[in-house]
Amino acid sequence: MNKPDPLRTAQEQGRIRDLVERGLRRRYRAERRFRAYGLAAAVSGLLFVGFLFLSIISTGYTAFVQSYIQIDIRFDAELIDPEGKQVEEILRMGDYSGVFKAALREKFPQVEGRRELRQLYGLISDGSAFDLRDMVLDDPRLIGQTRELWLMASDDIDQLVKGKIDRKLPEDQRVVSDLQLGWLDALTAEDRVERRFNRVFFTAGDSREPEQAGVLGAVVGSFLTLAVTLLLSFPIGVAAAIYLEEFAPANRFTDMIEVNINNLAAVPSIVFGLLGLAVFIKFFGVPRSAPLVGGLVLTLMTLPTIIIASRAAIKAVPPSIREAALGMGASQVQVVAHHVLPLAMPGMLTGAIIGMARALGESAPLLMIGMVAFIADIPGSLTDPATVLPVQVFLWADSPERAFLERTSGAIMVLLVFLLVMNAAAVILRQKFERRW
Amino acid sequence: MQTSTLILALLVLTAIAYQLGRARSLRVAGGPRGARKLHSLPAYYGLLTAIWCSLPALVVVLGWQALEDRIIAGQVVQSMGGGVQELTPGELSLVLNDVRNVVAGNVKPDAVAPEIATAALRWQRLDGLSRTSAAVLALCVALAGGWITLSRIKPTMRARNRVEQIVRVALMGCSLIAILTTIGIVLSVLYESLQFFRFVPVTEFIFGTQWSPQLAIRADQVGSSGAFGAVPLFAGTLLISFIAMAIAVPVGLFSAIYLAEYASRGFRAVTKPMLEVLAGIPTVVYGFFAALTVAPLLRGVGERLGLEVASESALAAGLVMGIMIIPFVSSLADDMITAVPQSMRDGSYGLGATRSETIRKVVLPAALPGIVGGVLLAVSRAIGETMIVVMAAGLSANLTANPLEAVTTVTVQIVTLLVGDQEFDSPKTLAAFALGLVLFLVTLLLNVIALKVVRRYREQYE
Repeated sequence: MNKPDPLRTAQEQGRIRDLVERGLRRRYRAERRFRAYGLAAAVSGLLFVGFLFLSIISTGYTAFVQSYIQIDIRFDAELIDPEGKQVEEILRMGDYSGVFKAALREKFPQVEGRRELRQLYGLISDGSAFDLRDMVLDDPRLIGQTRELWLMASDDIDQLVKGKIDRKLPEDQRVVSDLQLGWLDALTAEDRVERRFNRVFFTAGDSREPEQAGVLGAVVGSFLTLAVTLLLSFPIGVAAAIYLEEFAPANRFTDMIEVNINNLAAVPSIVFGLLGLAVFIKFFGVPRSAPLVGGLVLTLMTLPTIIIASRAAIKAVPPSIREAALGMGASQVQVVAHHVLPLAMPGMLTGAIIGMARALGESAPLLMIGMVAFIADIPGSLTDPATVLPVQVFLWADSPERAFLERTSGAIMVLLVFLLVMNAAAVILRQKFERRW
Repeated sequence: MQTSTLILALLVLTAIAYQLGRARSLRVAGGPRGARKLHSLPAYYGLLTAIWCSLPALVVVLGWQALEDRIIAGQVVQSMGGGVQELTPGELSLVLNDVRNVVAGNVKPDAVAPEIATAALRWQRLDGLSRTSAAVLALCVALAGGWITLSRIKPTMRARNRVEQIVRVALMGCSLIAILTTIGIVLSVLYESLQFFRFVPVTEFIFGTQWSPQLAIRADQVGSSGAFGAVPLFAGTLLISFIAMAIAVPVGLFSAIYLAEYASRGFRAVTKPMLEVLAGIPTVVYGFFAALTVAPLLRGVGERLGLEVASESALAAGLVMGIMIIPFVSSLADDMITAVPQSMRDGSYGLGATRSETIRKVVLPAALPGIVGGVLLAVSRAIGETMIVVMAAGLSANLTANPLEAVTTVTVQIVTLLVGDQEFDSPKTLAAFALGLVLFLVTLLLNVIALKVVRRYREQYE
């Protein structure tokens, strides 16, 4: 190898350094640009989260209050119990909406004509009739007396009180008429309009009237459905995981099971709905719209999640523990039942909670099996028709009434709180019981 | 007897069987001190007795439950006469529904036709009979199972091995459910799809460009041609998925790169869980967000720019779906990037490369197969996503590439066709299953490829 000419090498080195240094600024600029893209992407992700929560909370927080109107109610015996028999059946049939309508007429005696009267009656929710009936059934002595009572405002008036309807719009563009505005202002001036905590929202089932609609029916439906899901998917999932990790021989059949589980984890949830419809409802004749069939479908959907999490938990138990137990003469089943399972249990439970959280938020497959019906009653058993929280959200989001908008967001907030609690439980469980060997 | 009472009775019997089995094993061994002579611990004899007492009986109860309804319905139809047997399945199910309503007490017997009322009476009688016989049979099986096992208990009986054998079989049975589910999906979707293809040829379904599943009830009805060409649905699905991926891939990938390579520990600790929150939000919430916040926003912006934006535009649905998929892409990409060995980065730095050059020329190419796999999984998720498109994309089957127009997707149509009452003999209902078949096959293909790619890549560095 001949030696390079030292003079020429120096020259060349200088040229190369020159080139590199000239390029350096450009390269540093590219570096900064690249870094800025990354930061922008991460920040925009955060902004999406913020925007999503902001938009839901800002439309939804008003769902937790409800406007009430105070009015002097005379429990007119003519309307409730004309013959004065005080029998429950007759009290039940009374014209209670007549009672509050009369009270409204008394309050605003100058109102005349059918159309104006109808607007006047529209101030107060139709559901108030049931409240009045329950009061009378509780205490029939009320009949004939006059009481100052707070009655629920109708949904449009409630929206107006909450400032969700623009007063400045021309009358034909808003749902509340000028007359109603005037009456409401008169009532407000007398301190007869009040906003209170919306108890109905948490204690009632679904309703066509937004002010009487609540999430309890959906919450109970979700609870029953998830109970079925948990009772089936947790034992089955854990058992399958134990088999695959501890007992399964390494052959093609085991491989097939594993491939199946991995694929099922990625099958779109709506396909499980089709399965539920064709197999559980059409073939086995399980009642439609019931928490039972919902739970079965969600079981099949969450099984892969639970199996995968449980396998990871079993894998994390060190082999030395198994070997020690085997060395003491325990059988393989005893090793699993007495040592592996208790040690892997926290991890399995964490997986189960995460699977349940996902099942709680799932709605697409439940649409297929009829859990979208309008159900006003709170379900009492596994075969009653029911709906679940996310489907309730879907149903309300479709409703044209303006007041359902805030209730949809309110229901979403309830759903998110449940999810938050479940995920927090999973995190705590993991931190508290996770062992590293 | 109610099924729940029956199950409760069986549970009590099982508990008793356990105690009896345990006690008997000690007795045949000659008292507590003789336990040494037993092959297994006394509890295993108890368990074995309990298993044989409950398992066969439970099988009887569940099998009976599954078949009861059909057998009774068949019997009732047999007895009804009057041409009921000649009815089509649809009409027959209507008649049976009437009967069921009377049986359940939703309808008073005097409010329906006399044949229905007699059928309902017969149903009630058969139902009572069936319940009683189920209970008697189950209890007999339980007693027999328990008694036979009890009578066979001897000190040499290998009770533990038998119990463990049963446990193993049960564990394997549980893992078979995964296979059964897949088979169930394939069979149910395939069966109904084949029914559908008897009405509509496969080629028309896959290549037809006209979709209007409403069947004409009258001959002159407008817009109810009953056309089942699914191309507009496929196009709409692809359009929305494409928009979603156009959002999710750059944002997800770049945030993963930033979080893995640049971010300070504190920033990463805050940002990563925050992004993962997006993954935990139910899709119905995204749908609501898309329909009530994003769509009006886009419409407003479009109006200002002088563009015509449909109120249920593909853009709104795709945008929100993209947001939903961001955490999915970013967490997978993050895994892949952190799996690239540090030595490769160090080598690149040693040659004088800047950080971004290292990432672009070394880390990303090394992580690429994994990232591609992750993106494929994300695509399959976008295609199968339902709630967002049901709430934010339209129903009109437009064949268009314009993201500002309304399009419909496969999943939206499945939901629309199946929500409400279904008749399993109308092509309208069956079309949903054909669409489901396509959806299942496409996502399966994507998943298989993606899992293969990801797995192969993981093996490379482990």
